[in-house]
Amino acid sequence: MTSQLAAARPGVDADPPLRAGPGGDPRRARRRLKAFAVIAGYLTPALVLFGLLVLAPIGVAIYLSTYKWNGLGPPTNFIGLDNYTRMLGDEVFLGDLRRGGLLILLSLVIQLPLSLFIAVLLNRRMRGRAFYRLLFFAPYMLSEVITGVLFSLILAPEDGLANQILAAVGLEALQSSWLSEPSTVMMSLFMVMCWKYFGFHMIIYLAGLQGIPKELHEAAEIDGATRWRAFWHITLPLLGPTIRISVFLSVIGAIQLFDLVWVLTSGGPIHSSETMAVTMFQFGFKRANIGYGAAISVVMFLLSLIFALAYQRFVLRRDTEGAITTMRDQR
Amino acid sequence: MTVTSEAALRRSRTRSVLLQLLVAVLAAIVVVPLLFAAIGGFKNTSQLSYNAFGLPDPWVPSNYIDIILSFSFWRQLANSVVIALATTVIVVGLAAMAAFVFARFAFRGREVIFTLFAVGLMFPFAVAILPLFVLLRSLGLLDNPLGVILPQAAFGLPVTIIILRQFFRTIPREIEEAATIDGCGTFGFFWRILLPMARPALATVSVLAIVASWNNFFLPLVILNDPGWWTIPLGVQQFYGEYSSDTGRILAYIMLAMVPALAFYGVAERQLIGGLTAGASKG
Repeated sequence: MTSQLAAARPGVDADPPLRAGPGGDPRRARRRLKAFAVIAGYLTPALVLFGLLVLAPIGVAIYLSTYKWNGLGPPTNFIGLDNYTRMLGDEVFLGDLRRGGLLILLSLVIQLPLSLFIAVLLNRRMRGRAFYRLLFFAPYMLSEVITGVLFSLILAPEDGLANQILAAVGLEALQSSWLSEPSTVMMSLFMVMCWKYFGFHMIIYLAGLQGIPKELHEAAEIDGATRWRAFWHITLPLLGPTIRISVFLSVIGAIQLFDLVWVLTSGGPIHSSETMAVTMFQFGFKRANIGYGAAISVVMFLLSLIFALAYQRFVLRRDTEGAITTMRDQR
Repeated sequence: MTVTSEAALRRSRTRSVLLQLLVAVLAAIVVVPLLFAAIGGFKNTSQLSYNAFGLPDPWVPSNYIDIILSFSFWRQLANSVVIALATTVIVVGLAAMAAFVFARFAFRGREVIFTLFAVGLMFPFAVAILPLFVLLRSLGLLDNPLGVILPQAAFGLPVTIIILRQFFRTIPREIEEAATIDGCGTFGFFWRILLPMARPALATVSVLAIVASWNNFFLPLVILNDPGWWTIPLGVQQFYGEYSSDTGRILAYIMLAMVPALAFYGVAERQLIGGLTAGASKG
């Protein structure tokens, strides 16, 4: 790893390291001081902004989570870990975990294979390939709010577009009130998520597929391998790193899902589509129980962190840079 | 040609037609909702329930016209533009400085500080929003665009620094040496040589920052209460609540709200997809 880094930036390691040498030639000391001033000068603005607005809030959340506080005046009612123990008996919060797990499962079993299938199709020479690629990615560009409003109209009970289409093709039996029915709301939510995000995963897979040398497939064909076998034994293994990253992004995205749910259902009906972030928002901003909201934030943070570390340790290993480059855009 | 290969050819042709059909169906699933919004915006409510699929009859342009003539829509558009541009300038500026140091200086603690930034990717807004709100409230930044701009810039730093560092590393040492010999200081090299050379990378990270800011909903939702500062996503949500029974009007609104994002996608597609896949394709 170190040698790779050095090779990537020739000569960098030739710079004098910034540690005070024994004795100390005053000219070298001055140069070192100057280099330090340059480094500090260029790094400090980013560090300050990052420390104040990204790192500090995590500390603030941990601090607030040990209080019962309605947000007015300074927090004084210290309650230790009560907010956390309360969570263990909170049906809504436990439901959030189940629903998050369900969304992750559905993504891994349906959305990602679908995206991969389309990517493989579009990677072959086919008519309109560039157009389809452009089109399938377009929903990812729309904000969650626009997507959410659009689909709450389409999935409206009675005469929303979805029900009208079903009626037009003679499938009245499948009509449903989609988002306002506890039994169908999660499926509806998942369909909307697929609509919005499958193009993103497809684009990542396409980039991965383009990195697989054509010769491998040609060789397989000469050896008489069927398309399916070639996919299973060549494409899939070589796409491993890309798939692992898209799995990673799906999981992290599901842990923090808010915008789409908030606009589509606000977590309803009767909490049946609520996510951790929605519960946190309800308590933190609507019900003035900031301590409990902060405790949920801390749990979301820990879940993301533990998952990320475990994934990095056991699954990702070398492909971290990719995860890092694409992560933030999965919200 | 033998019979078997003809049969195989026919089979493969059938299959390719089937696959083409499948992709076309998927394309329809993507397009129909968008078309529904675009055309539905020209219908009134009764047309929407009795003539869901056909073209509007008659066309009702008033939904679109009312919005285009309304002050609030343009105000929201302007707010979104200002906030996106300010966020981008700050995040790209600060990240370029930091990435410069990370890429071209060796110093103790470099990897530790870099990892700190990289770990920042684990804290998206949803996790930090509540403490951030408390923090910004005590700084007096509620109902202030800076309350959205600064956190967005801060949360954008990790991805921007990582992409720029990768790029800065590829610029040969010799160029820096030549610049130094010609009397260029550290800042001169950074400003006059490194940044101009990094234009493609800067374009990529700028596009990512603009899109993230443009679509951000959660942070503006809690920070901006004053309608005068609302961005497009807040406006869409508010409009939806206000006119919930007038579907045609809402469709027109979201259609108009989509246009800038889709137009931007048309223009910056290459940078955007390049940025998103830059790392994912390596491994």
